[in-house]
Amino acid sequence: MEQTALDGVKVLEFCSRIGGAYCTKLMADMGAEVIKIEPPARGDDARRRGPFQGDTPHPEKSGHFLFLNSNKLGVTLDPRSPAGARLFKSLVEDIDILVVDTPPGMMEKFGLGYDSLKKLNPGLIMTAITAFGMTGPYKDYRAAHLNISHVSGQGYMLPIPSPDMSRPPVMPGGSKGGYDIGITALVAVLAADYWKGVSGKGQFLDISRQEALMAMQRIEATGFRNAGRSVDRSAETHRRRIGGMMACKDGYITVIVPQEHQWNSLLELMGNPEWSQEPDCQDPNKRLDQADEINQRIADFIKDYTRREIVKLGQSFSIPFSPVNTAQDIVESEQFNAVGFFKSITHPVMGEVKFPSAPYRFSKTPWSIRRTAPLLGEHNEIIFCDRLGVSREELIRLRQSDII
Amino acid sequence: MTNGPLQGIRITEFTSAWAGPYATCLLALLGAEVIKVESRKRIDHSRFIAFSMGKTFTGPDESSVFDNLNLNKKGVCLNLSQPEAVEIAKKLAAKSDIVIENMRPGVMPRLGLGYDVLATLKEDLIYLSSSSCGQIGPDREFIGYAPNFASIGGLSHDTGYPDWPPSNLMGFIDLKSATTAAYAMLMALIHHQKTGEGQYIDLASQETVAILNSDMLLDYILNQRVNLRKGNKDEIMSPHNCYPCKEDDRWISIAVSTDEEWQSMCRVMGNTELADDKRFADVYNRWINQEALDETIGRWTETLDDYEVMILLQEAGIAAAPSLNSERLFADPHIQAREVFRSINHPVIGKNWVVAPPWRLSETPAAITHQSPLLGEHNHEVLNGLLGIPEEEIEKLQAEKVVY
Repeated sequence: MEQTALDGVKVLEFCSRIGGAYCTKLMADMGAEVIKIEPPARGDDARRRGPFQGDTPHPEKSGHFLFLNSNKLGVTLDPRSPAGARLFKSLVEDIDILVVDTPPGMMEKFGLGYDSLKKLNPGLIMTAITAFGMTGPYKDYRAAHLNISHVSGQGYMLPIPSPDMSRPPVMPGGSKGGYDIGITALVAVLAADYWKGVSGKGQFLDISRQEALMAMQRIEATGFRNAGRSVDRSAETHRRRIGGMMACKDGYITVIVPQEHQWNSLLELMGNPEWSQEPDCQDPNKRLDQADEINQRIADFIKDYTRREIVKLGQSFSIPFSPVNTAQDIVESEQFNAVGFFKSITHPVMGEVKFPSAPYRFSKTPWSIRRTAPLLGEHNEIIFCDRLGVSREELIRLRQSDII
Repeated sequence: MTNGPLQGIRITEFTSAWAGPYATCLLALLGAEVIKVESRKRIDHSRFIAFSMGKTFTGPDESSVFDNLNLNKKGVCLNLSQPEAVEIAKKLAAKSDIVIENMRPGVMPRLGLGYDVLATLKEDLIYLSSSSCGQIGPDREFIGYAPNFASIGGLSHDTGYPDWPPSNLMGFIDLKSATTAAYAMLMALIHHQKTGEGQYIDLASQETVAILNSDMLLDYILNQRVNLRKGNKDEIMSPHNCYPCKEDDRWISIAVSTDEEWQSMCRVMGNTELADDKRFADVYNRWINQEALDETIGRWTETLDDYEVMILLQEAGIAAAPSLNSERLFADPHIQAREVFRSINHPVIGKNWVVAPPWRLSETPAAITHQSPLLGEHNHEVLNGLLGIPEEEIEKLQAEKVVY
């Protein structure tokens, strides 16, 4: 077996949202041992979210759960009862990193706050991912990803552009959201793990979902004070810009020409038309005054090509054209398949599935699949009995009392 | 220098724009020493234009955007078209734990600064290349910016409304790629800490967006379904949208997940009829009838201020938060209490506002210790202090436009 980057790192996950689950999945994929705790019987919420294989809702057929939990071990445990809390503590004794996404104060209520846990394991890195952080006036407020997208300043600017401002702003689309929070948290978690390797010391990490998204929106979020304006989604805001979404024969492409040499290449591609030789068009600033007309001319040039044709042609002139891809386009993309973005995995219930791996290639410690997402409670015996020494009889009693 | 967890780690970067620079900015906030290699010959365009803000700057040290993406770094000018500059760059790399670059694939090797060469100078070097499409595959030389990564990665197609064109996404797209690069470098650093081994990482920005869209990819893989834009809609929850408030272009996002929450919301709205309305009695019916539901809720919210609705609903345990623009983020009491915005005293810009590090580490806090480097600000500190090049020699190199 190939070596992994995070071999020997032990992680415990007690999360019900995407951010925490994705943060630990990324560590599991690179070799960390991640134990995921799910609520007994019901299992993780992600098991009830699609896409389901064959559109059949089933706890072991969710593609969403499959993606978020590759390479993890899975146990069921309810830490709200004293017996459950005891087992939780036993699990914590032997780990490096704990990631939780419970609201502020809840772990303390179970007797599982950082102050109690660090006594059992002084090297523990405990990461709490919450909606608004552990402090501040909104700390107890609730928030779905929809709310976080909007209250972080991200949603207000979408879609780009909006032709009708009476229609509500939107959250970024596609997946269910929260992945950005997972990757932001992971940076601090890994840095803390590195520090633990240097010093032997653990610590507590407070991650606010709102702040994670604000950090990613840092240029636009500071616009009011730094540039004297709050960017919105209106067509007017985005009018003075060359490029944008342009329709062609089989969909849209994205056109963007941020650098002057790219603008000149675009003109060359279009055969240096007469209008482009006018002085107002030559001047990069004055050009923006006629962005509407210029964009119309570019759109007219592009409309009779297919996406692939015009993107290849544009790129051969070093102009950053790109296709607007659907999921199908990505799954069938020559480029994504050439780099090995998709891997084949075999799941005990779903069978063989083409699976998105990772957006990077490590030369010595490549992404690898050692096990697919755990079935509900799949590793209860291995973890509770073999590792923590719970007897088989005790395990049955704990199951019957809905603790495991 | 900070007391951050990465103190003692040195990174040399050959990056420009947003996706490369912000990756190392994150690590610099966590205490790593980051040396940015740049040149007047081919200046980082974020020193001159604020893309998503539609703003341009006249000098290289005036950009609030550059500042926000390059905090805590040292800057050294090396004109890599000169062989002597390349030799100095090699010496820098040999004294670094990590090298990161985001030039077009093939450029670094052509300059004599590819991984193969640098790894002979420092065997255990970690070297990350960040490019649009990756270092291999048919599209490897395609160039791109944030809007391209978003469109190739499927996010443009999925963001917005089904009857409007796809979204031309910017800012936060690059920062997803940057955050991914940051955690990838840390994974390699942890592997190095355990084994002493370095490695090469090939990261593709378009894939950093696509991987976060895996739910959509798996829906196609499992069910051959191509999803379309769906505004703020969730697949299960309803209400789940932004609703108009009293003032123009003010919106409150509301997400209701259970029947109990719905009943509480009806009480807050003072609408007993609504609580009994069969069309909205359970999750299934609320979803089916969400257009009528959204209309009814909108008639209530448009009589109120967005923050008023937030407080009313949050006090009843319902997830609600306003859709904020930059001006209102600055004014928000929670964001102020958490000090999410920080002002930096920049020698040229004056007061510049940035977003604080998005994590609170209890023992090794991340911190902003220095504004982004002025062009060539640390030439002497790095070239003389770190590499031991005598001052007279540096002056000569400046005259010869090697240090330029």
